[in-house]
Amino acid sequence: MMHWLPLLGVAVVVLGFALRFNPVPVVVAAGVVSGLAAGKSVGDVLALLGTSFVSERALLLYVLTLPAIGVLERAGLREHARNWISSLRGLTLSRLLIAYLGLRQILSMLGLTNVAGHAQTVRPLLAPMAEAAAEKRGAPLEQEERNDVRAFCAATDNVGLFFGEDVFIALGAVLLIQGFYAQHGIELQPLQIALWALPTAISAFVIHGVRSVLFARRIGTHAPAPDAAAVQRDAAH
Amino acid sequence: MLRIEQAYWLLALFLAGAALLNLHGRRWWHAAFWAVLGALFACGDFVLAEAKLHHELPAQLAGIGVLALAVLAPRMHRGELRERDEAMREADARRLRHKLFAPAVLIPLVTMVVALFGGYAAFGGARLFEQKQMTLTGLAFACMVALVAALWVTRAKPRAGLFEGRRLLDTLGWAALLPLTLAALGGVFAATGVGDAIAQLVRMAIPVNSALACVVAYGIGMVLFTAIMGNAFAAFPVLTAGIGLPLLIHLHGANPGILGALGMLTGYCGTLFTPMAANFNIVPVALLELPNQSDVIRAQWKTGAALLVVNLVLMYFLVFRS
Repeated sequence: MMHWLPLLGVAVVVLGFALRFNPVPVVVAAGVVSGLAAGKSVGDVLALLGTSFVSERALLLYVLTLPAIGVLERAGLREHARNWISSLRGLTLSRLLIAYLGLRQILSMLGLTNVAGHAQTVRPLLAPMAEAAAEKRGAPLEQEERNDVRAFCAATDNVGLFFGEDVFIALGAVLLIQGFYAQHGIELQPLQIALWALPTAISAFVIHGVRSVLFARRIGTHAPAPDAAAVQRDAAH
Repeated sequence: MLRIEQAYWLLALFLAGAALLNLHGRRWWHAAFWAVLGALFACGDFVLAEAKLHHELPAQLAGIGVLALAVLAPRMHRGELRERDEAMREADARRLRHKLFAPAVLIPLVTMVVALFGGYAAFGGARLFEQKQMTLTGLAFACMVALVAALWVTRAKPRAGLFEGRRLLDTLGWAALLPLTLAALGGVFAATGVGDAIAQLVRMAIPVNSALACVVAYGIGMVLFTAIMGNAFAAFPVLTAGIGLPLLIHLHGANPGILGALGMLTGYCGTLFTPMAANFNIVPVALLELPNQSDVIRAQWKTGAALLVVNLVLMYFLVFRS
């Protein structure tokens, strides 16, 4: 019975998210609950929480991009990204998204996962560019559509990262898999693992690429015809 | 030599600066939150070094700091931080044009150069970058290079770096912290045996003699466990030790390399569905100023679902080839 009790931590997480509590206290509470349920003392739980937290500090490093991005935004980076994309005639929303997806996948395959990201490239560059590309339909985006475009940009970054990274042999996922098997007495070369991530990587590009085209089409056709009102007025004459 | 620890100290300094600005603006909760977080970053090395020597007190104090963050987080509301006038930004944009891209592109570019060639860079006979986590050290270095370039291109005063950085940091608010907190929870779950319990539950629920049932259980288990942990890396060892090795590899003769690659990728599909993967699904909601926590997940879950099916089919037809 004892070893089922730590699962209470999982229940806390699921319940907390379902009830839409602020995630930070929910997650911390889940850690405390699961530690206490495993029979650890309060002091041990605190120490475990503290060491786990500081060992994962790398996950906040992206915050260091903010000063540079902020200074550039102050001088109109987003405005310029928008203006520039609007001036390129051939660059449609779907082409922009697919190009970014492909680039992100290739960079991740080379192990360059931290090169792009939500703070580094999506907010300052991809999102304003995509908004400008979407507005080439001839009508400005409504707020809801603008949110959809931004969310789709973030999604594209995620898909490109996840389904490129696993192909890279010298870092991250593949080494973790190799290390796991080595611990259990199965010796593998990294390439024997990485190669089999390729079919999924290609499928991800095709599936999300098709979805980008469909998404761009939906945004494009949702446009209220810019002159509809004027046409009707003219017809009424 | 540049080391990853220096990047953490730099980050601690930035967080302290943001705390001071919030103190000045009488935004007490924000000030306290960034101050505690900055302290945790500044003392991180010390805490880990002491913990290795079995001195528990610093780690326990860090744990209390984490509890304090959890108490402060719900009190941080997205405040009104004025941005520079849009007309002025537009005027600057028309004047500076492509020059604005250069510093932004420096961040990925310099990171990439350090990742690829940082091992060869030397200064006065000493290596410039420490090998450990060189890409991340490179990212921090690139951010500083980009900041200098941005100040130079825009002719802004150096303090604009802190002011504007703090504006974006406060826009992120507590969401900035979530990835770190969740990863820490992963560590706690691993230490308390949550994973083994889940793997055992799954094994109780399936007919183990059917190869198909085992493939589906492994795949869906990876998705569910990744969704709970927010991280496929945490789910992989648990599910592969619990289902993959005993049932698929030993009982049904699956190829371990193929199973590992596809199992991990199946877990990534779960990452696309879950708010627990905060750095991918919640941080961008804050960064892009979207109204709902689930907006990014809603944009990507269909891609994830389609890829899940693709992965399960690939797994079933590829892993049992001899």
